[in-house]
Amino acid sequence: MPCIEVEELTHLYYPGTPLEMVALRDIELTVYDGEFIALAGSAGSGKSTLVQHFNGLLLPTAGCVKVLGRAISDKQHRQQLWRQVGLVFQFPERQIFSSTVFEDIAFGPRNLGWDSTTVSKLVKDTVALVGLPEEILAADPRTLSGGMLRRVAICGVLAMRPQILIMDEPGAGLEHATRQLILANIKEIQARQGMTVILITHHLEDAAVFAERVAVLHQGVLLSIGPTREVLSQTELLHRAGLKAPFAVELAQQLSQAGIYLPSLPLSLADAAQLLQQMLQTNRVRPGGTP
Amino acid sequence: MMNNISMGQYLPAGSPVHRLDPRSKLICTALVVPAVLITFNPLGLTLVSLWTLLVVLLSGIKPGVYWQSLKPLWVLLLISFVLQVFFTPGNVLLTVGFIKISREGLLLSGWLLWRISVLLLAASVLTFTTTPLQLTMALEWLLSPLRRLRIPVQELAMMINLALRFVPTLFDEARMLLLAQRSRGADFNSGSIKERVSRLTPFMVPLLTNIFSRAEELALAMEIRCYQVGAARSRLHVMRFRVADYAALSLNTAILAAVITAKAL
Repeated sequence: MPCIEVEELTHLYYPGTPLEMVALRDIELTVYDGEFIALAGSAGSGKSTLVQHFNGLLLPTAGCVKVLGRAISDKQHRQQLWRQVGLVFQFPERQIFSSTVFEDIAFGPRNLGWDSTTVSKLVKDTVALVGLPEEILAADPRTLSGGMLRRVAICGVLAMRPQILIMDEPGAGLEHATRQLILANIKEIQARQGMTVILITHHLEDAAVFAERVAVLHQGVLLSIGPTREVLSQTELLHRAGLKAPFAVELAQQLSQAGIYLPSLPLSLADAAQLLQQMLQTNRVRPGGTP
Repeated sequence: MMNNISMGQYLPAGSPVHRLDPRSKLICTALVVPAVLITFNPLGLTLVSLWTLLVVLLSGIKPGVYWQSLKPLWVLLLISFVLQVFFTPGNVLLTVGFIKISREGLLLSGWLLWRISVLLLAASVLTFTTTPLQLTMALEWLLSPLRRLRIPVQELAMMINLALRFVPTLFDEARMLLLAQRSRGADFNSGSIKERVSRLTPFMVPLLTNIFSRAEELALAMEIRCYQVGAARSRLHVMRFRVADYAALSLNTAILAAVITAKAL
């Protein structure tokens, strides 16, 4: 079942003025229920503009965007979309306003009109889901580290139990391990609750590990969309979009240029290591020896 | 917020007006103001209006953009127009209930509307065609004689510059927060005034915190690059008066002089 259908979407900023800028041009995209899709593209490619249509914050200049079966041009539908579509903005920790972590995470669920016992249970559950200790709920956000704050802010959206979760660069400015941790948590929740996840990223390494499909945007145009393995193997196209293919993909290409062909395309380093080990064992060659 | 050009926004177009020296643009605008305010002669005001319209056409920006950017102000202008029409005593032309419309009222408010429109147009030309940086440079140059009186003109210009630089940052930050909190269900548009004010907390608290931390970062960055108050500085872009600048300045002075003599006669 498609949950988001984008047809010939074009979005202009400042239409009809000298500052007019094409942010998106003729985008065709369908997102299916329960999938984990990554939107990749360099800065200014239109990723953020695209997803802001998905919960009705922006309206198409031309074309049509349907979310959960109804067009977002329908005002009533658009105004209720926040209940089902959670959007985690870039650097979401900047929007934290309360004096305790609990209050901030409870903000969204309370606005949904849930009673206080449900809210406090949800908040506790959500914090546990992303692997934060329960004691953190009483803490003052200003005393937390950047990575912790980021997770608290993401909890604020997750606690609303959205059907569709959109995350705009949730790992930006965080170290690799923390980034992986956050995404692994989200992946687990997605698998458990059947949530649809749309991840905006320019780190294809993250997309390779967690996404089922990848869409590549470049200067407002959708260059490619397909299963992760298929898209990420097109290194030429990724370079054209100003992106770097995952290290494992580059490694496999260098190896094939040197005459060593891996049985399949590795997407992560662990993948590559396993494939290489298999090859060494089946060919009975020792590292350092000639094949 | 994103799809509206606000008053005071610089719009690059590379027109002859854009290429004028910012100092002459600032002086010309300053000359238009008294010309508009002094004249009580329809001919004089028509002259100033035609001149302003000519500059608008030369600015390379579509008249529609001027119209659009001034739209929010029109509500204000119309309200003041209507109030003036209703509450100026004189020869009554029309009576609707307790409201009396007088000839004097119509004339007076018509004049006011005309004058303010010309002033707003002239100001828009200045801000549409001049970057904030150029404007402060021009201002600094104009105020530089005050340095003799030990008024820190350069520092004042720098302060204005920094304040202007923060305007778009503030807008972006506010937009992001508004959208982010709204997508968590914050409702800023309903309820009593008291409720609305308390509902602004999720918006105002992070806005202030973020702005302060940005200001601190900027101060640090300036300090790291050895910014010093009162140090002698050179410029990358040196301002220079050209033929077009002298032409614009003398034309504007001529118009002001004509308006003044017409009034004196």
